[in-house]
Amino acid sequence: MAALEMKPPITTVGPLAWLRKNLFSNWCNALLTILAIWILYSLITPAVAWSRTEARWGVIEANLTLFMVGQYPRDQVWRVWLTIYLLAGLLGLSWGVWKNAARGFAFIALGAGAGFALVSLFFKWDVWTQWVIADAILLIFYLIGSRLPRGASFAALGWLLYFPAVFLLVAGSGRIASLPPVEMSAWGGLLLTLLLTIVGNFGSLPLGVLLALGRRSKLPLIKYFCIGYIELIRGVPLVTVLYMADILLPLFLSVDVRPDRVIRAMVGFILFEAAYQAENVRGGLQSINRGQYEAAHALGLNGTLTTIFIILPQALRAVIPALFNSFISLFKDTSLVAIIGLFDVLRVSRTILAQSEWLGTHREVFLFAFFIYWGFNLAFTYGSRRVEEALGVSKR
Amino acid sequence: MNIKAFWRDIRFLQILAQIVFILALVLTAGYLYANVTENLARQGLTVGYGFMKNPASFDISESYIPYEASDSYRRALEVGLVNTIVVTVVGILLTTVIGILAGVARLSSNLIIRQFAAAYVGVIRNTPLVIQLMFWYFGVALQLPAVREAIELPGPTYLTQRGIYIPWAEATETFPAWRTYIILAILSIFIIAFVLQLARKRSSLPLSPWWNLLYFFIPVFIIWLGAAIQPAPPLNQIIPELAGLNFKGGFRLTPEFAALLFGLVLYTGAFIAEIVRAGIQAVAKGQVEAARSLGLSTSQTLRLIVFPQALRIMIPPVTSQYLNLAKNSSLAIAIGYPDLFSIAGTVFNQTGAAIEIIVVMMLSYLSLSLFTSLLMNIYNNRIQLVER
Repeated sequence: MAALEMKPPITTVGPLAWLRKNLFSNWCNALLTILAIWILYSLITPAVAWSRTEARWGVIEANLTLFMVGQYPRDQVWRVWLTIYLLAGLLGLSWGVWKNAARGFAFIALGAGAGFALVSLFFKWDVWTQWVIADAILLIFYLIGSRLPRGASFAALGWLLYFPAVFLLVAGSGRIASLPPVEMSAWGGLLLTLLLTIVGNFGSLPLGVLLALGRRSKLPLIKYFCIGYIELIRGVPLVTVLYMADILLPLFLSVDVRPDRVIRAMVGFILFEAAYQAENVRGGLQSINRGQYEAAHALGLNGTLTTIFIILPQALRAVIPALFNSFISLFKDTSLVAIIGLFDVLRVSRTILAQSEWLGTHREVFLFAFFIYWGFNLAFTYGSRRVEEALGVSKR
Repeated sequence: MNIKAFWRDIRFLQILAQIVFILALVLTAGYLYANVTENLARQGLTVGYGFMKNPASFDISESYIPYEASDSYRRALEVGLVNTIVVTVVGILLTTVIGILAGVARLSSNLIIRQFAAAYVGVIRNTPLVIQLMFWYFGVALQLPAVREAIELPGPTYLTQRGIYIPWAEATETFPAWRTYIILAILSIFIIAFVLQLARKRSSLPLSPWWNLLYFFIPVFIIWLGAAIQPAPPLNQIIPELAGLNFKGGFRLTPEFAALLFGLVLYTGAFIAEIVRAGIQAVAKGQVEAARSLGLSTSQTLRLIVFPQALRIMIPPVTSQYLNLAKNSSLAIAIGYPDLFSIAGTVFNQTGAAIEIIVVMMLSYLSLSLFTSLLMNIYNNRIQLVER
């Protein structure tokens, strides 16, 4: 019998079988594996050798503050720390109140705070205390949030007030003695990048919703105006829109209004991003069942009320993943303001490269800039995925 | 007529809403227009395209159409537009290849290949394109060895600080005659297709597949005839060679062009890879199983069953990635490649004609986008499932 002569099966478990299954399942795969290992080896060894011997990483340490806040007055940097503490507190509160939904972001913040504190300790920078304080604030507010009655309203109110508060803190005001105004031209680095991202995203959302509603409107004039706007903006590069905002905005406004460059860039981002947000929201609007409209009409709601109370809440909830995605892509796109001369992370990198003692450190500086964006995006993606899972919007 | 019904009438309200909307629009536009005229008057500027005929008097480092500094602004902008189109077209072709390769690699059964593709996609998609471009330009292209110590790749291709030298072809005097033969050969394919289709319609029986061999033999015959008449080859290969301080022959990709192309292709390729992966995964598993049970090999299954179906899902998102590539080519300004945006910026700095330049720029990009999406829509309609 043939069956009796069969040899025992080769192992299906254990490291050898794993190697076989994943790397050497047939001769073609084996060849690919060897080729890939060779390519990786020949790419990685020079890179590692370069980073250990030739690279002058001192350029990063010497300019870290510049990377983070640009030319922001050094004696006022505590205001930026205050915005971080506020964020930590709000994240802690949200985590305590909403548990699952905010947990991803809270974990990320905790981990980042602890990581930054450790790195600072390692390099003997004195900012490690600030990061420990931020983590402590987060944990304290978590405890408060999980015990607070009606915590959800506090947290929501907190988030609503947070962005104006940040703006007030960073920009300062002539009326408050301890917050002297800081020129917008001094804003820079990661601070400016994040501010532009947040303003661009949240500022464009209302306009985007209006455009999306307009595009689905039955009134031809409004509909075609919205279609025209959306398609025009989506057909041209962001950098031309920014350029337009930078150059044409002062021309279009009355003679005595001269908005700062940062404001002009923000307007450009809002105008640009609104077209994309409109398409996101439109996707959500299209996903709403007709029955919802009919039910609302049957209850006696008119068109406006139906839209505000029935359709929009569901549509916006359905597009949360898309909104997170545009947050990330706008975060990357803010690097274009360097082209119109704002001091974001990218432009700061270029000014560092012009310092006489750090000439020729392009790779180090750009790799660090990469790392900032990459790390932030990774963290944000993780947090947003937890939110989507908790809300159950990612799969349906 | 009841007055109450008048303002409760939905038709009336709709018209009223539109009138209010248009009124608001006109008022805003009027306000902006008044501001513009006042601002321009203060700066002593006038709006008009008269300046386009003036000599540009700046040099452009690379151009595919003849250009000199004494040419007009209009010509300079055309040079920029052509440069943008060149990098876009070459970029779209290359990024499709990279994207498909990386997308298939992400689904490979080989762990290293899969992880490598995943790392590529993850890193590239999460960092800004401008920084990538600057890294490739300042960190890599300009740090290549000097001409004397050029890195030689098979081809021969030489990587140097002054650019990348690749072998190129040069037309000989028989080129025009050969061009005619090749055009004739291509025409013959269409004629065969037309004739065979006619024959298929006429006969009730299916045509023998052997007839398809005509597609091969007739064009080959035409080319062979051509070769018999004009034996000299239409193109000469020219190979870059080190001559003194520089390379002679071959085609030189400037560092700016090479870095821009490389950056755009890698960036867009990562996005296309995700689309390809999602498209392949979206093909129902039963299709693969059915193909396997019919006895098709793995590569046949992929080529004949999975890919055509995945293509239908992939085309619309890939189109928008192509458009992104075209639009992102405007970031060339960061590394000094003279594309449309960068030249338009120079023209603006010289003339101060902000409104005119922005209109020209936006219209150019818009028509480029519309043209690309038109082509892709035609293709999309061709491959869509024809439902009965």
